[in-house]
Amino acid sequence: MSARPSTRPAARPATPLDVARVRADFPILANVRPHGKPLVYLDNGASSQMPQQVIDRFVRYRQWEHANIHRGVHHLSQTATEAYEEARRKVQRYLNAAEEREIVFTSNVTDAINLVMQGYGRKFVAAGDEVVLTHLEHHANIVPWQMLCEEKGARLRVVPIDDAGELVLDEYERLLGPRTKLVAVTHVSNALGTVNPVKAMIATAHRHGVPVLVDGAQAVQHMKVDVRDLDADFYAFTGHKLFGPTGIGALYGKAPLLEKMQPYKGGGDMILSVTFEKTTYNAIPHKFEAGTPPIAAAIGLGAAIDYVGAVGLDAIAAHERALLAYATAAVSEIDGVRIYGSARDKAALISFNVGGVHPHDVGTILDHEGIAIRTGHHCAQPVMQRFGIPATARASFAFYNTFDEVDALAAAIRKVQQLFG
Amino acid sequence: MDSKQLYQEVILDHNKKPRNYGKLEDATHRSEGLNPLCGDHIWLAAKIGGDRIESIAFEGESCAICKASASMMSVAVKGRTVAEVETLVEHFRAMTTGQEDAETSGRYLGRLTVFAGVKDLPSRVKCAILPWHTLHAAVNAEAVTTTEGDADPVARAAE
Repeated sequence: MSARPSTRPAARPATPLDVARVRADFPILANVRPHGKPLVYLDNGASSQMPQQVIDRFVRYRQWEHANIHRGVHHLSQTATEAYEEARRKVQRYLNAAEEREIVFTSNVTDAINLVMQGYGRKFVAAGDEVVLTHLEHHANIVPWQMLCEEKGARLRVVPIDDAGELVLDEYERLLGPRTKLVAVTHVSNALGTVNPVKAMIATAHRHGVPVLVDGAQAVQHMKVDVRDLDADFYAFTGHKLFGPTGIGALYGKAPLLEKMQPYKGGGDMILSVTFEKTTYNAIPHKFEAGTPPIAAAIGLGAAIDYVGAVGLDAIAAHERALLAYATAAVSEIDGVRIYGSARDKAALISFNVGGVHPHDVGTILDHEGIAIRTGHHCAQPVMQRFGIPATARASFAFYNTFDEVDALAAAIRKVQQLFG
Repeated sequence: MDSKQLYQEVILDHNKKPRNYGKLEDATHRSEGLNPLCGDHIWLAAKIGGDRIESIAFEGESCAICKASASMMSVAVKGRTVAEVETLVEHFRAMTTGQEDAETSGRYLGRLTVFAGVKDLPSRVKCAILPWHTLHAAVNAEAVTTTEGDADPVARAAE
């Protein structure tokens, strides 16, 4: 055996995706050189990059189509309104929702969850009731429910995870009962990559008559999501992790649920009529969209959905599966590196620690090699507590990542070890 | 900047073998420092007699920059008066936030100038400052301090 650390197993997995071609759509990937090194962008779980097609659509809107929506008789207002509502239909088709009025534009997933907490939770959760979450949730799907429980005297129940980072489903079944008013679960764990069996979990909850909110922030960019097949009651995702702009997200809600919810932001556009005695609210989804929305961002999100559709979610999923397998092998063969999260169904991200080195130092050294990863608790401190660690380093992949970039990651991790040797 | 310029030998050494690491039973001043953004968390204890730091110890969970900074700080301040320490705190803060020229920093801080490189890494400045911030809190009888909000050393430097 050679004492020299292996540089890489030779075989490259087959991928159906022409990665070089799609990479050419993302100007930032070729043009930015952090610390003089080629950019290796592996922080897609935090925010993904935007293809030229989305940037162009955004610019075209600002150059030729902008006015306020839903209130002007003039040409531009009608153009903008049509583009905005077309974006809503693109989201509807992307999630296979039955009706476009079931899509509410929000600013992000946090905003969408808060909308459900305020509009559904505050109306239907009372003292002694329970909200069921999982140990894998992002803080955005914990804190709003804690606030609700504190206000109402209700109780949070938490589905535990095992050492692989998978939910303990027997425990989930036991937690559901007559007091359960809502289940809130992430589709994909942002910290560990675990893909939760949300379709089965929703069926279980529905047997108890409990609606389910799914946090899809880490799911819709990796896999086909069909809210009707899942039978999800609420499903939330955000634009900037789906190769679109920041400031725009969407909440899917079944129409009868959205209709019985109370609006949580009052203002223009969410009303039918206003007098000082009484206001009549607008129909869904407008009831939840008070004030002028980020019109350009919503249209950009629509363009991002078109882009992902053109690349193809099947090809994306297959390429990412190959990347994950390749990266898992490359990182786990490095002595002293531990990977957290080994779910059987896992999205393309690797949470890891280098023995004896704090993840923030790993992140800084990788940055000097041009590699962008996330380090910290990933807004999922309960996950960190479960594994008894303060933080991890996380490499999260998108379809534009390559096997060469995985090699660069592995080489940089070895460099960390040499430096801290 | 190359990783080796930031992670100099002396920093790696203090990270691996931190000086004055542990508890201090007869401490007169204690403080806990927390950087909630990155999770660095240290506990600092000092015994001050007649206005002089007689002994000092720290422990905690932190990155190499923070731990080495705490270790080298503990060596640098032992035996100094509180007033001298406060001067060091000000210069360390000024150096790591890029508010001071290298010559001035060198005159006051000596070996501690190995941390000057963090001024180019905004996300790591607070890692280096946290121990100093915590020491400042301890000598001023503040039990807990953080690098965020009103106490944010980077925001203060920008004002």
